[in-house]
Order: sequence, then structure tokens, then C-alpha cells
Amino acid sequence: MSNLLTASIGRKLLMSVSGLFLILFLFVHLFLNSFLLLDGVFGFEQGQMFNAGVHFMGTNPLIKIVEPILALGFILHIVYSLILTFQNMKARGPQAYASGKKTSGVEFASQNMLVLGIVIVSFLAVHILNFYMKMKGFIAWEAAEVEFPFLGNMAKGEDAYSLVNATFKVLPIVILYVVGSVALAFHLSHGFWSGFQTIGWNNATWMPRLKCISNIVAIILGGGFAVIAVAQYLFF
Amino acid sequence: MEKNINITLKVWRQNGAKAKGRFETYKVDNVSTGSSFLEMLDMLNEQLINENKEPVAFDHDCREGICGMCSLYINGRPHGPDDDVTTCQLHMRKFKDGQTITIEPWRSAAFPVIHDLIVDRRAFDKIIAAGGYVSVNTGGVPDANAIAIPKPDADEAMDSASCIGCGACVAACKNGSAMLFVSAKVSQLALLPQGRVEGARRAKAMVAKMDELGFGNCTNTGACEVECPKNISLSNIARLNREFLCAKLQD
Repeated sequence: MSNLLTASIGRKLLMSVSGLFLILFLFVHLFLNSFLLLDGVFGFEQGQMFNAGVHFMGTNPLIKIVEPILALGFILHIVYSLILTFQNMKARGPQAYASGKKTSGVEFASQNMLVLGIVIVSFLAVHILNFYMKMKGFIAWEAAEVEFPFLGNMAKGEDAYSLVNATFKVLPIVILYVVGSVALAFHLSHGFWSGFQTIGWNNATWMPRLKCISNIVAIILGGGFAVIAVAQYLFF
Repeated sequence: MEKNINITLKVWRQNGAKAKGRFETYKVDNVSTGSSFLEMLDMLNEQLINENKEPVAFDHDCREGICGMCSLYINGRPHGPDDDVTTCQLHMRKFKDGQTITIEPWRSAAFPVIHDLIVDRRAFDKIIAAGGYVSVNTGGVPDANAIAIPKPDADEAMDSASCIGCGACVAACKNGSAMLFVSAKVSQLALLPQGRVEGARRAKAMVAKMDELGFGNCTNTGACEVECPKNISLSNIARLNREFLCAKLQD
């Protein structure tokens, strides 16, 4: 056990476990984001569901515990990606092939995980400035107070929905979010099955299944976030 | 239809491990499309010797695709444009008349160039020496039915064992990783009862040696699997990961 993390497969294990954990987080995130569009479906006033969701996530003690773990997941995934890439460049050697690489049938995403990751991190920085810093009170914003009578008590929270809605009325921001989502989709289309492969949960039978699930996960998450941003811009 | 073609070669020439390499351009005429790539290189070398020039150094041995000695990165692909064959089995019919063919050695920090197109692949031997064998005494030849092995396991072990250790996987890998090779060598033994006994020790020793020799980390890109002349499957890598992680957990 002691030197597991100094071995190549051990370092890959960290990438894999942190990556799969982050995918779990993305599903929770997308679930709450979907509230942005669903008020009409369940007969609430516009923004009520999302505001209630934000209030719940902001006050739930469980989330307070998971939040630092999530941050750790991000940090591990990013730091180890840089370590591994640096080692791989060293292992590859300085001399490139003059005749290029003409190997066919290799996924685009799998060859560009670092670049896609950098796009996602850049997007993440803007995303955190847009919402997280404000909702957590690090950046001041004019938050109206809203009530959630349907939650049974008279809980009060900030009107996060208006913030999101106003942000998604700016076209360049919507475009940025779509670009970030597409990069995320490509990143996940390789990352999901590759994570399972690294843990060792794969074989000839499961390879096509995992790759298929991987694409579905990528489309649901990447597509989901993009559709919500565009729908907010167009219809809300 | 066999015919003769004229080709231009851009060949990597390097006088020694420390020397600076460069590309040299040669013309070879009247190459039969029925000849193999190595026979074409033999023609080139004959031509160079007649011109009192130094012939191009390249690795070769059995020339029937089973020894793993030939290498060469040809026009952007290890073992050239054909699929599932080694360079010695690549035919000149895969090339067109007048085509320029670029020939480079394997490029990887763990495979340094020794001379021209020859690279030092002893790193693979060192990985095998670290654990790619069975050291338990299996006694005399047992009856074939004494230890029953399911047919799918036997087939899979045989598929893994078809790795000839040519190094095309490392040459194709953007990370210079040797995982496909190591996973095939671990799998062929781990799948069978005689090799299973030492499975944990073997996986740990071979991975440790692989890391020590400066091979990269696998990102499951899969270029190795595409370029492998023996069709070694990426699922071997999953098995190696499993073997290694289980072995580490038992420590």
C-alpha cells in the first residue's frame, strides 16, 4: 500500500477516482440546474423551484461536509493531470515524428484531454465568479429575499434565480457556457470509460458497453448544461 | 498484379547514440510490388554499398512476423500503412509509383536510438526479467486433463501471448507508455493456473520496473491497440490495472 501513489497506476487511480467523483457532482449539479426550466411543469411560479434548491444546498449541513471534499477532488484531478502530463512528455522524448501521426480510429477526446481540461478550468473560473462567489456572499450583489411557503415552514432565501436569469441574458456569456459544456462533453466521453478502465473494471465484453455509457453520460451532462443556458437566454 | 515502382526514401541517419541525426534522401528504382519493405531496404543498402556509402542500419531477424525484431516508423505509422502486420510483412504493393516514404526509428525516451533506425529496446527485456516468467516448479508433463482450463481463458491467454515485444505500442503512444506490452505479458500468465500463483508479485515487479525505466503513464488513448501488429487488446490493460491494484491492496 505504502508506495501505491508513487506508481504510475497509482497516480492514474487518483485521476480516475477523483474524475468519477466529479462526474457524480456534475449529475447533482445538473439535477438542480434543471429546476431552472421546470417551474412551469410542476405549476410553480417562475424561479421558485430553483430558489428552493439553492436554499436547500446552501443550508444543508451534509453539503457543508461534501463541499471541501469536492474542492479536494478538483484540486487532486487538476494537480495530478499536470504531473502525469509532464511525466508523459518526458517519457515521449523531445523528438517528434517528422511524418506525423497517422494512426486512424483514435478518439479525438482521448488525445486532447489536457486541452479540454484547460478549456473547462477556464470556464470554471468564470462560472465561479458569475455565481458561486455571489451566492456564497464573497462578492456583493443585490439579492432580493424570497420565501418558500410550499416547503412547509416560512424559510427565506436569496433570489438566486434572478441572478442566473440575468446572467444568461448576456449573449457572450451564453456562448461561453455552451463552449464550456461542449468541452465537458468531449472530456467526459473519454474520461468516464477511461476511469473504469484504470480502476480495472473493464474487459472485452464491457469495453463497448462502457464506451456507450460514456457517450450517454457526456451527452446528458454536456448537452444538459448547454441546453439550460440557451433555454434561459431564449425563453425565460 | 505485380509491377515495378520507383520510390523516394527519406531515411533517418544517425551515426551513434550521441550523434546528431538527420534525414537523407535516396531514390530506389525498379522495386517489385511483390517484395517486402525490408527487401526494398536491402536493395537500397546494396545500392549504397556499390556507391561506397555506409548502408542504413535497421533491425530484422525472422522476416516472417514472429520474432518482433523489425521496427520502423513508416509514413506516420509504426510498421507502416498496412494493418496487423510487422514491417517485414509489409509489401511494397501498399505504396504508389513515385511516392516519397519517410522512415524513422521508434521515438521514445525509453528507446534511445543506437544507430540510424535501430533503437535500444532492452528496456522490454528488463521488464520481462523483473517478473514475466513462472518460477514455481511445475514438475513433469502432467496429463492434459489434470488441470482443466476453460477454453475462453486458454484462448485469451494465447491472444495475450501473441505479443512479440516489437515496441510498436510504445512508438505509437503519445505518452511513451509500455502498458500494452506489460499488460499482455502479465495477462498471458495471470490467465493460466501455473502463472496465477505468482500473479500479484509479477504485476508489482513488472510495473515497478516499467516506471523505473521511464515509460509514461497510460491514458487509455488506444493508439497502441490500433498499431499493434498482433492485435493485442486494450482490455489487457484493464486486467493489469486490476492485478496491480489488488496486489497493492493485499500488502
